[in-house]
Amino acid sequence: MGKKYTETNYIIMAHATHSQAGGIDWNGGNQPLKASWGKLMMWFFLLSDAFSFSGLLITYGMLRYSAVAYNPAVHGPYKFSMDYWPIPDKVYEAVPFLHGVSLPLVFVGIMTFILIMSSVTMVLAVEAGHRNDRKDVEKWMLWTILGGFTFLGCQAWEWNHFIHGTDTGTLDNITGKMVYGANLIQNQYGPPAFADLFFFITGFHGFHVFSGVMLNVLIFYNTAFGVYANPNREIDLGAGRYEMIEKVGLYWHFVDLVWVFVFTAFYLI
Amino acid sequence: MAELHHDNHGHTAEVHIDHHHDHEHDHHHEQSFISKYIFTEDHKTIGKQFLFMGLMWAFLGGAMSVIFRLQLGFPDLSLEFLRPIIGTWVNETGKLGQEPYLALVTMHGTIMVFFVLTAGLSGTFSNFLIPLQIGARDMASGFLNMLSFWFFFAASVIMFASLFLETGPASGGWVIYPPLSALPEAVPGSGAGMTFWLVSMTLFIASSLLGSINYITTVINLRTKGMSFSRLPLTIWAFFLTAIIGILSFPVLFAAALLLVFDRSFGTSFYLSEIYIGGKALHHVGGSAILYQHLFWFLGHPEVYIVLLPALGITSEIIATNARKPIFGYRAMVGSMIGIAVLSFIVWAHHMFVTGMNPFLGTVFMLLTLIIAVPSAVKAFNYITTLWRGNIIFTPAMLFSIGLVSVFISGGVTGIVLGNNALDIQLHDTYFVVAHFHIVMGSASFFGFMAGVYHWFPKMFGRMMDEKLGYVHFWCTFIGIYLVFFPMHYIGIAGFPRRYYSFSTFDAFKTFSDLNMFISAAAIFTFSAQALFAFNFVYSIFRGRLAPMNPWNSNTLEWTTKNPGHGNWVGEIPHVHRWAYDYNKPDADKDGFGDYIPQYVPLTETPNSNLEHEAELVKQEKKVAH
Repeated sequence: MGKKYTETNYIIMAHATHSQAGGIDWNGGNQPLKASWGKLMMWFFLLSDAFSFSGLLITYGMLRYSAVAYNPAVHGPYKFSMDYWPIPDKVYEAVPFLHGVSLPLVFVGIMTFILIMSSVTMVLAVEAGHRNDRKDVEKWMLWTILGGFTFLGCQAWEWNHFIHGTDTGTLDNITGKMVYGANLIQNQYGPPAFADLFFFITGFHGFHVFSGVMLNVLIFYNTAFGVYANPNREIDLGAGRYEMIEKVGLYWHFVDLVWVFVFTAFYLI
Repeated sequence: MAELHHDNHGHTAEVHIDHHHDHEHDHHHEQSFISKYIFTEDHKTIGKQFLFMGLMWAFLGGAMSVIFRLQLGFPDLSLEFLRPIIGTWVNETGKLGQEPYLALVTMHGTIMVFFVLTAGLSGTFSNFLIPLQIGARDMASGFLNMLSFWFFFAASVIMFASLFLETGPASGGWVIYPPLSALPEAVPGSGAGMTFWLVSMTLFIASSLLGSINYITTVINLRTKGMSFSRLPLTIWAFFLTAIIGILSFPVLFAAALLLVFDRSFGTSFYLSEIYIGGKALHHVGGSAILYQHLFWFLGHPEVYIVLLPALGITSEIIATNARKPIFGYRAMVGSMIGIAVLSFIVWAHHMFVTGMNPFLGTVFMLLTLIIAVPSAVKAFNYITTLWRGNIIFTPAMLFSIGLVSVFISGGVTGIVLGNNALDIQLHDTYFVVAHFHIVMGSASFFGFMAGVYHWFPKMFGRMMDEKLGYVHFWCTFIGIYLVFFPMHYIGIAGFPRRYYSFSTFDAFKTFSDLNMFISAAAIFTFSAQALFAFNFVYSIFRGRLAPMNPWNSNTLEWTTKNPGHGNWVGEIPHVHRWAYDYNKPDADKDGFGDYIPQYVPLTETPNSNLEHEAELVKQEKKVAH
């Protein structure tokens, strides 16, 4: 038993000594997780960022839980009121060019689909990078950038609609005035926290998407100008020429993943 | 002995790494003054930058405490003599103003917790020691490492600038609870001072994040050959876990701070609800001030261990070296540090027992909190057992390390009292709490900091610090902090609330006014004693005795190089063949070694002193060599 263990160990050690692809080897002088430091840093940054978003989503949960929920027995037929938390289907039901038509979650569904598709094209760009296929990297990065910008454009429209509100507005029982749309202090849909959280969390996510698009543009530029293809460029041990695409890709997928949670919190429940 | 042992077996992988870094190394002599000393990417210089910055903040934070202790201990004393320094903070009657008092308390806390014991301690020693002790040319990313320092610098400048604002710096306590911190009408410091505080802390969090991801990736990817995790010096384990705690807790503070910025500046209602000021209702409705406390303490409690773990790691290393014994229970030490790191995330609400939380929930948090006593006690026992029958050499660093063990125990015991959700109702927000965390977190970490400076000073500056001054400094500090913080427990039990400007108007506290005076006198004494250190530190940098390469006869890798500049080792990086604690190994003399065998010595060269369980490793070494 002991002997066998030693030999296995020896094989792993020898293997790791001569090549980077071996079993998991934590003995030093190598990359135990088979990832360059740059990629590891991106993972740890994302882990950290995930905790920022968690903090915000927990804030959402706590404030929503402490607010009054809509109850037909108490509040009667549903209408917007500052007294209780709104039903998402009633808030997010507008679609561009279809004024007055109630289409709950259709537009945000399209937005989400676009963002997820941009993750797919990002995967294809990373895969093209593994093949050192510069033309394909360029192509798929362009699609990813387009997807990102489209999502941001949709979000801008969504915010715009949210801010301007419906034609009917809601009566503020305290001041006796009609309230149209939303700002950080008051909104026609529900308690102030509803719009505050919407603006803050989707805004924080949108800022992440925006940063991601900027990074995507940057690496597209580098690819297009042959920076990554340049054979004189030093690269890290174990990394491919196009590893930067992979690192930025990690960020982009993370931003998509976070959207799934944000989407769930604001639009579904 | 000082010569390195190179083994000649095949190592394609790290030849590649070495080549890559040697390439950078070749260029180091071409660096300009600015890229070498100011915007440097060398981890050793960055570590020293953090050290200088941290010590400056420590001096400032300490001086602030002396000023407000004067007010507390000597309420009738005229502070006119401070007018040239703190200006109108001394009011017309010659007393420290009430609002400046709150500002001083707030800034003292902020500075000590974040700028001294987080950036100063972790920034200095993580930067300086990680690459040197794991055998790396530098941090994974020198550039991000440089940014980490300059973000800290920018945060420092902004926090310092806030001291000169007309309305004063932030005054809502270092925990900046809303609504006090959110409404400028509540206290003048919640105006521009609070804004400066938030901007500064945001930059600080960025600095901390950049540093931490660098430390983690460096430890994972850049260890030299043979430096497995089970051979890492305990310092590295501590820095590694500290960095992990940092990247998981600081972002939550970041989120909390951003929400606070919105409440303060843009009218949102995350933390604010139904508040009247001057009879007028504010528009905020539906927010929760308790929510802020949850978010803050989700950082705040792990922060305690961000501050403490590096000090514990430094102590492990120094105690083993100077007791000339292997650290007792290496794996138990690592296990308890991991245990502490995990537990630190699930105990935060013990800071909030009196917020009206469900008593059952409070009991759960009490249970989790008290469990921390187990790994903490394991560590304390292991320190003591390492010292037990050791061949102890009392260097100043060793004294500070033993001092750490002492205060860690004294402060830890009162933690068991405070962690109890029933007892805490009586003691919450009294001087008992102040005494507890100043001993267990403040003093312990500060002792670790000082121990580290005394121990690695020869490595940093090539010269020795004066030992005699070090001894005096230690004893004054050690006795001083007990004189300051021990009586605080009594006045805490007597009910003295923390953060109060004055106690002279309360009949119940009259009998304690002499004790309060005593605490202030002791604080002045302890602070003054730090001048010995300041002199010793500055003098020794320029005039200290030249240090030998390995002044403490230590096993770790940093003592195998003469610091040739960027790149750490001339030629190949030494490989590691054993753990860092082979002190006084039986029969080492037959192998030609004294009371220590450094980490780079192969086991095949020490056949007589190898232990039974090392036989397997010897076989592997032999096989790999062929």
